[in-house]
Amino acid sequence: MKYEIIVVGGGHAGCEAALAAARKGHTTLLITSNINNIADMPCNPSIGGPAKGIVVREIDALGGEMGRNADKAALQTKMLNTKKGPAVQALRFQADKITYPKEMLKTLNSTVNLTIKEAMVEKLVVKDQKVEGVELEDGTIIEADSVILTTGTYLKAVVLTGSTRKPSGPHGERESKFLSDNLRSLGFSIKRLKTGTPQRIDKNTINYSKTSEEKGDSIPHTFSFDNIVYREPKDQISCHLIYTTPKTHEIIKEHLNESSMYGGYVEGVGPRYCPSIEDKVVRFSDKERHQLFLEPESLFYDDIYIQGFSTSMPNEIQDLMVHSLPGLEHAKILKYGYAIEYDAIDSKQLKRSLETKLIENLYTAGQINGTSGYEEAAAQGLIAGINAALKLEGKEPLILKRNESYIGVLIDDLVTKGVKDPYRLLTSRAEYRLLLRNDNADLRLRDYGYQVGLISDQQYQVFKKKIEDIKELTNLLQTTRITPKKEVNEYIEQIPSTPLKDGISLYDFLKRPEISIENIKHFIDIEYTLEEEEQVEVNAKYEGYIRKANKEAEKMLALEEKKIPDNIDYELIPNLASEARQKLAEIKPTTIGQATRISGVNPADISILMVYLKRNG
Amino acid sequence: MNDTIAAISTALGVGAISIVRLSGKDAIEIANKCFKGKDLTTAESHTINYGHIIDQDEIIDEVLVSIMRSPKSYTTEDVVEINCHGGIISTKRILETLLLHGARLAEPGEFTKRAFLNGRIDLVKSEAVMDIIESKSEEANKLALSQLTGTTSKMIKRFRKKLKQLLASIEVNIDYPEYLDIEVVTKEQISIVISEMKKDLETVIKESKNSVIIKEGIKTVIVGRPNVGKSSILNKLLEQEKAIVTDIAGTTRDIVEGEIYLDGILLNIIDTAGIRSTDDIVEQMGVEKSLSMIDDADLVIVVLNNNEELSKEDENILNKTNGKPRIIVINKNDLNKKLDISKYNLKNVVETNTNTVEGIKDLKQKIIELFELETLKSKDSNYLTNARQISLAKQAYKSIIEAEKGINNDLPIDMIEIDLKEAFDFLGEIIGETYSEEILDHLFANFCVGK
Repeated sequence: MKYEIIVVGGGHAGCEAALAAARKGHTTLLITSNINNIADMPCNPSIGGPAKGIVVREIDALGGEMGRNADKAALQTKMLNTKKGPAVQALRFQADKITYPKEMLKTLNSTVNLTIKEAMVEKLVVKDQKVEGVELEDGTIIEADSVILTTGTYLKAVVLTGSTRKPSGPHGERESKFLSDNLRSLGFSIKRLKTGTPQRIDKNTINYSKTSEEKGDSIPHTFSFDNIVYREPKDQISCHLIYTTPKTHEIIKEHLNESSMYGGYVEGVGPRYCPSIEDKVVRFSDKERHQLFLEPESLFYDDIYIQGFSTSMPNEIQDLMVHSLPGLEHAKILKYGYAIEYDAIDSKQLKRSLETKLIENLYTAGQINGTSGYEEAAAQGLIAGINAALKLEGKEPLILKRNESYIGVLIDDLVTKGVKDPYRLLTSRAEYRLLLRNDNADLRLRDYGYQVGLISDQQYQVFKKKIEDIKELTNLLQTTRITPKKEVNEYIEQIPSTPLKDGISLYDFLKRPEISIENIKHFIDIEYTLEEEEQVEVNAKYEGYIRKANKEAEKMLALEEKKIPDNIDYELIPNLASEARQKLAEIKPTTIGQATRISGVNPADISILMVYLKRNG
Repeated sequence: MNDTIAAISTALGVGAISIVRLSGKDAIEIANKCFKGKDLTTAESHTINYGHIIDQDEIIDEVLVSIMRSPKSYTTEDVVEINCHGGIISTKRILETLLLHGARLAEPGEFTKRAFLNGRIDLVKSEAVMDIIESKSEEANKLALSQLTGTTSKMIKRFRKKLKQLLASIEVNIDYPEYLDIEVVTKEQISIVISEMKKDLETVIKESKNSVIIKEGIKTVIVGRPNVGKSSILNKLLEQEKAIVTDIAGTTRDIVEGEIYLDGILLNIIDTAGIRSTDDIVEQMGVEKSLSMIDDADLVIVVLNNNEELSKEDENILNKTNGKPRIIVINKNDLNKKLDISKYNLKNVVETNTNTVEGIKDLKQKIIELFELETLKSKDSNYLTNARQISLAKQAYKSIIEAEKGINNDLPIDMIEIDLKEAFDFLGEIIGETYSEEILDHLFANFCVGK
C-alpha cells in the first residue's frame, strides 16, 4: 500500500505531523518502534513555561493537538510571570505522563486517513534527490509521496551512566542503528548531541515535612482556545521545593570524574540552558545550594521527578547524591538519571518549510533538527505536517514570520543560524515578544489554521465573534467619557488613582497603570469574556510599546519582502567577504531579511548583495 | 573592486615627500611597469625598494617604493606606496603614468572604503580614517587619532557591558521565573544604572557636539548694517585681503568665507551683505541670504557703528540674533560715540576700530571664552566624531529616557526592558557590534538554571 505521507517517529513532533497531514485529508502512516511510547514524555512531567507555553497556545491556534491534550492531562496549572507584563506571561502545566500519551493515542486512533504501524525504519527510499518511501529493518519498502522524520533522540542513541555507554533509546527502548548513516550518505551533515534526565523516586519514601509545597493557581487555565477545564484548581496536585546540601556538593565533587561527562565518556554537545547537576556544581562553585523541584509524574504510579538534578553519575553515586537531599534521606530510586547521546542533522540544511534542501519531499522535525523540548518538537511537527500536505496539494508552504509567532522564531533560528547545543526557545530569542503573547496567539494565527484547513468552521465562527467583540468593546470605551464630577473623582481617589481634571474616555482612563477593566465596570455595564476584556486592556495599556514593536517589525518585514532568487550564484558576486560568501551559499537565505540574520554576514556584505540583486534583477 | 586604484595620498605641495598609493590586484605589476630598479613583482612583502619612476625612457623622479602584499596591507589588497620628492608637478606626473598603465584614479576615501569592505577595519575606525582625511585642524587630527586607538569603542563597550548585565538578569528572571535563588532585578536597580548611563550619555553627546566643532569648525557669521565695517573686521581676523572693503554701502553682495585657527580650533567666518531695506534686487537677495545664514550659524558677530545712532535696522538685527551665541562688536570706537545700546543690556560686547589691533584681540579672546576652547582642547577624547554616531547616541539616550519614564509609570519590567534593549542595540550600532545572541551568551554563562 502506498501512503501520501509517512511520519517516522511517534513523539510530540510525529503526533502533530501525522495529525495535521491526516486531518488535511492525506493518507498518512505513522511508524513508531513502540506504540506504547506514542506521545511519551521521557523527561520532565510538564508542558509549557516561558516562551514554550506560548508555543503550545500557537499550536492550538493553528489547529494542532498539544494544547488540547495537555488540558486533558493537567495535574497542576500555573500562569508564570504574572508580576511582569503581559508579553512574558506563560502557562506551565504539570501533565500526567499516563494520561497525556493515552489521550493522544485515542485522538490518533480516531483520526480518519491515519494508520499507525509498529516498525523500525532504517533507510529512506530516495530517487533523483526525491524521497519515495521508507525501508524497514526487515527490508520491507513502504512507498510514500512525502516522508517526515521525527526520530527524537533515537538515531544511534547511546545511554550513559558513569563510564557505561550502552546503545539504547530512552527507557531502554530500541535505538535506530542505521538511519543516520543513511542520512549522512544522502549528504546530510550529522552532529552528535547530548541531553540528560534526573532520577525518579518513590513518592512514598519522601519525608515531605522537609520540603515546601508549591501549589498551582487558584484560577483555572487552559492551553486550548476551546477553553475546556478538565481539572479544577481544587483538585490540583502540588509540587515540592527542596535545595541541595553542602554534602550533595561534596559527593559530586568527590566523584566528579566518575560521571560520564567529566570522565570524558561523552561525545555529544549538551544544552547550555539545561546543565547537569555536576555542571552546576562545577561552573557555579560559589553557589551554596541549587534548587530542586519534586514533581509528580502521574496519578497512576508513584514516580517523582527531581527537576534540576539531571546527572550522568554511576548509579551507586546517584544513591549517595539523592540521599543527601533534605526529605530524601531514605528515598527509593525507581529510575536512575542518565545522559543520552544521539545524532541530529544540521538544521541549516532545511528550508523554512522544514523540507530538506537536499531531498525533495523529505521533512524533519523535533530533536533530529537539534532542538530540545516537547513543545519545540510539537511545533515543528505541526509545521512539517502542514507543509508536506500543502506541497502535495500544490500550494505554497506555511512560513510563519518572526513577528507573528514563536514558532516562526524557532524555525527561522534553526534554518538561519543553526544550532551548536540543543536549542530551547526562550522569550529573549524573540525580537518582538510584546507582539507574541500568550493572550493573543489565536488573533495572530487562527486565520492561518483556518486557511490550511485545521480549524473547523465552528471554531472559526467563535474566533470571528471574539474579534468583533474586541472591536466593539474598544469602540465603546473610546466613545464613553467620564467627567470630573464629584462622585466620579471620589470613586477614582479610593482606587487609588489621581482624580480627573478634565473629561476623559474610558479607554484613555484604562491606560493608567493602576486602572483595571474591573474599575471600568464601575462606570459602564459590559458583558464580555475575560479574554476579550484582557485584549482591550492590554491594547490600551501598552499601545505605545505595541506600536513601536509593530514599527520595528515592519522594518524587518520590508527586508523579508526582498526575495533572493533560488538560483543565485554567490561566486559571481564580486567583493563579498569570503566568510559571507560561504555562509550565504550554505544557508541559501530566501530573503534579504533572512540573510541579515546569518552570523558572519556583515552589513557591508548585505549592501553588496543588495546592490548585486538590484543590478541583476 | 576588481580594479586597481591610485591616488596621491599626501597633501599636494606640502611637505618634502609625497606618497602616491596603489591598491588592487594589479598594483605591483602596474608599479613595476613604471619603475626602473629591481623587479618589483618578485619583491617580498613589506620591503622598500630604491629606484626611479620612468615615463617611457624619461626619468620622472627618484623614489622609494614600498611593497605590501595582500592580505597584510591597509586595504588587504596588494598595496604599493611610492615615496617621491614632493613637487606638485613630478608627483602628478607619477600618478598620471600609473593611470596610463592601467590604474584607475581613486575616489575620495576609496582606500578606506576598500579596507572596510574587505573587513580590514571596523565601522568606527573607517569613519575615523575618513575624518583624518578630512580633518582640517590639529585638534581634529588628534581626535581622529584617539578614536583609532579605540577610545570611543572602549567607552561604548563600557556602556553596553552595564546594559548587558542588566538585560541578562532581566531575561533570566523572565525565562526562569521559579528560580528563587536568582536575584530578581528590581526597578531600583535599573534606576541606578539608568541614571548613571543617562549622565554619561549626556556628557558624551554634549562633548560630541563640541567635537563636531573641533572637526568641522565654528560656523561664524558676521552681520550688520551696510558700511559698519563688517568686511574690515573679517579682514583683520583673516589678516589678509579677501573681502572687498570700500566706503560705499552695499559692496559685499556675496557671502565671503575665510578660515582662521583660534587655539587650534577652526573658525569658518562668513561675511554677509549688509542688512538694510533696499530696492536693488541683487542686494535684496544678499540681504535675505544674510538673514538665513544667521539661523545656521554657531556664532554670530553683530557689528554696530559707534559713530551712528542705533537704527531700526540695527535693532532688527539685534532682535533677530537674540538667543544665538553672539558677540556684539562696536566698531569705529576711535570716532565719536553716538551709539547708545544701554537699553539692551547686552553681554559679550567688545569695542574695536580697524586702525589698531587691540579690539580684534579682544574679539578673539571673547570667542575663545564663549566656546571654552581651552577646556575643549584639554578634554579626554571621549567623543563621537560624526553625525551618524551622535545620532545613534542620541537615540540610545532617548531610549534610556523612555525606560526611566516606564519606571516612573510603574510599568512591568519586561516593558522597561524593551527600551533598555533598544539603547543596547543603538550603542552596538555605533561600534558596529550587533551580535544577536550576546545577551543569551551572557545569561548562560552567568546564571545557573535548568532542569
